[in-house]
Amino acid sequence: MSLKIFHIVFVSISTIVLAGFGVWCLRAFFLERSGTDLALGVFSLVASLVLIVYGKKFYEKFKDWSNL
Amino acid sequence: MEIPYTTEARPDTGLYNGKFGIWLFLASEVMLFGGLFSAYVFLRNGASDWHAWHEAAELNISLATFNTAVLIASSVTMVMSWASLKMNQFGRYRMYLALTVLCGLIFLVVKYFEYSAKFHHQHYPSTNTFLAIYFTMTGLHGIHVLAGMVVNTYFLGPGAKMWRTEPLRLTNRLEISGLYWHFVDLVWIFLFPVLYLL
Repeated sequence: MSLKIFHIVFVSISTIVLAGFGVWCLRAFFLERSGTDLALGVFSLVASLVLIVYGKKFYEKFKDWSNL
Repeated sequence: MEIPYTTEARPDTGLYNGKFGIWLFLASEVMLFGGLFSAYVFLRNGASDWHAWHEAAELNISLATFNTAVLIASSVTMVMSWASLKMNQFGRYRMYLALTVLCGLIFLVVKYFEYSAKFHHQHYPSTNTFLAIYFTMTGLHGIHVLAGMVVNTYFLGPGAKMWRTEPLRLTNRLEISGLYWHFVDLVWIFLFPVLYLL
């Protein structure tokens, strides 16, 4: 597996973890009304969206490079 | 003596030797961290006071989130550094690799402040089982980050001279370093929810 493929795997897993963490924080915010939870939740969800866009662009830019 | 298969693929594996070697090494690393994750599961299942220990530890989720973002950014700069070499952009390679080392340094500085706060509050590995596994796993991970920084700093300095004589070999070396760095980042991506959130 090349670094290109490992990077795509890493970005995919990071996106899932960040999105899950964002939901976890927003759930905590609705239960306890903590500003920190809201900030972390919004940050994580926005970061996961940024990673989705980045991952798509990365894949398209380097799709001709070897996967091995 | 010339080292074989540093740039061209070996016929039986289909990979150059360095890449095959780093995957074997990463397989052993999976077993090392896998063993510790298993230990975490068994210790947690066998403990009656786990949630009390976890709450008493007062882990800083905001700092850990910041560190997670830093490591994700470092994986982006790492892969861009390798891609820059493949596209013959040596200046960009150095810039991205320097940013990768900087991200690693920021991660370790934040970790230092986290550890300092723990010690200030008399929270040591011997305090309880949760803190024991917390310090063991994050400490081992921190050592791995430090090791990656040492290797990347070498490629930023004296190791970069290879670009003049064997550019393809340096590109392959950086891919190997990048695979290791991604693995270390991936371990953190699993450590973060397991230790800080659950």
